[in-house]
Amino acid sequence: MPSSLSHLRALCAAIALLFVFAHPAAAQLTFKPTAEAVQEDKLLNALKEGDKITGRISIPDTMASSLIQPAGRDWRDFQRSKLPIIGGVAILGMIVLLAIFLAVRGRIRVDHGFSGTKILRFASFERFTHWLTASCFVVLALSGLNISFGRVLIMPLFGAQAFATMSGWAKIAHDYLAFPFMLGLAIMFLIWIKDNIPGKLDWQWIKQGGGILANGKHPPAKRFNAGQKGIFWIVIIGGALMSVSGWFMLFPYLPANVTALQFWTVIHAVIAMLFIAAMLAHIYIGSVGMEGAFDAMGTGEVDLNWAKEHHALWVAEEQAKGRAPSKDGTHAVAAE
Amino acid sequence: MARVKFLCDADRCIECNACVTACKNEHEVPWGINRRRVVTINDGKPGERSVSMACMHCTDAPCAAVCPVSCFYTTADGVVLHSKDLCIGCGYCFYACPFGAPQYPKVGNFGSRGKMDKCTYCAGGPEADSTPAEYAKYGANRLAEGKLPICAEMCSTKSLLAGDGAIIAEIYKERVMKRGYGSGMWGWKTAYADSPTG
Repeated sequence: MPSSLSHLRALCAAIALLFVFAHPAAAQLTFKPTAEAVQEDKLLNALKEGDKITGRISIPDTMASSLIQPAGRDWRDFQRSKLPIIGGVAILGMIVLLAIFLAVRGRIRVDHGFSGTKILRFASFERFTHWLTASCFVVLALSGLNISFGRVLIMPLFGAQAFATMSGWAKIAHDYLAFPFMLGLAIMFLIWIKDNIPGKLDWQWIKQGGGILANGKHPPAKRFNAGQKGIFWIVIIGGALMSVSGWFMLFPYLPANVTALQFWTVIHAVIAMLFIAAMLAHIYIGSVGMEGAFDAMGTGEVDLNWAKEHHALWVAEEQAKGRAPSKDGTHAVAAE
Repeated sequence: MARVKFLCDADRCIECNACVTACKNEHEVPWGINRRRVVTINDGKPGERSVSMACMHCTDAPCAAVCPVSCFYTTADGVVLHSKDLCIGCGYCFYACPFGAPQYPKVGNFGSRGKMDKCTYCAGGPEADSTPAEYAKYGANRLAEGKLPICAEMCSTKSLLAGDGAIIAEIYKERVMKRGYGSGMWGWKTAYADSPTG
């Protein structure tokens, strides 16, 4: 069978030819997969600030694809070294400032004394909103400070077990009270924004230092003076930042990214310290710092003389609308 | 006493994930939690390498440094363990950990976190050794039985090494000398920066 033999010979030649042609292609692969594999050192050195070495994983947890994230060290350094300084300076600094202010200036009195006539300053719904937000804020602030500094300041007093139990409850309170706090913020924003738009009067108020430093000199103000507007915007902007950053910590599997979570926790902590410091000043001036001020959020009705001294233009507006007693104080407060 | 460590020789890892499976089985780790995982770097490209990673039981552990309730402790062998009785599930250890070791069952408020779970180096937790209470929270305590972690013990290519840090580092260096290449002692610089060889 010469014909079949020649066929076989031709086939062998074809296969041999295939190898000859295929060989140069294989020779072009100069990469040595063993010696030139990825190197940990090179990857670490090439990492940018806050970056991480990631790869592919075969499990559903996408966060597990991060192999090494050296940024954790920076986060640790922030928590253990920087945050205590930021918090200490902001909060203790504010307490010291307020103490000095009280010692130097003393309590801000109603210059003309109490008139005995009242004017409605905050309606019941406004007071409810204020105290809803305020009470949530106090618990959130204390439980938050406990997370940051409790281990150093409180744990030695009660021991690890009792402190952990307390902190566990504090964390639950922090998580749940975040929601009524955010609700309060939203309502405050809606009901008070119209009285908190900055205007020319505010510039005048700021230039005169709010009349806080000198006795008997009160720059005119409408419903809220520049200082109160400042507090309003600190609460709204600070509260919004706390809410957004806190939202990611409440639902850590939404961003599912350790770098994003590190960023938001730092924002949450820094804003919290500044927020607490600002609220200490707010609490001070609304209670010990100024005579007659607490009534506004207490009973809702302030003394007419207090109102005239601090919010002369607002009193005039209210009187014009017939919602406030006139100068002699004979008219009763009109019902809304 | 020896300072125990993990070392993954990535040039030997074949990404079989048996370490992951063995760990889950040994400790009956809950669904959704992986104390160990295999990450493939440059997957599909020439020179890709797979690294088996879990808690590295760091020197001066970042998790312990940031924990708000101080639930971590380091054993005499250098194993970093934690108490689930103290843990409040805040997630701070996860933010600070360079290796993504802390894991959370999603049973906390609004389906987030819960008490943290991580590799124990098969050394259990603060409960009495090899008790049902210890097993329920932390899994098997092989170290108390004189055994090494299951992941390294059953690694088919002996890529994953566990044991005295000085000895496994020496074994790795001998391998690199003999074969002429090595992609590095993954995680060691980050975990043991002050004593990468000790």
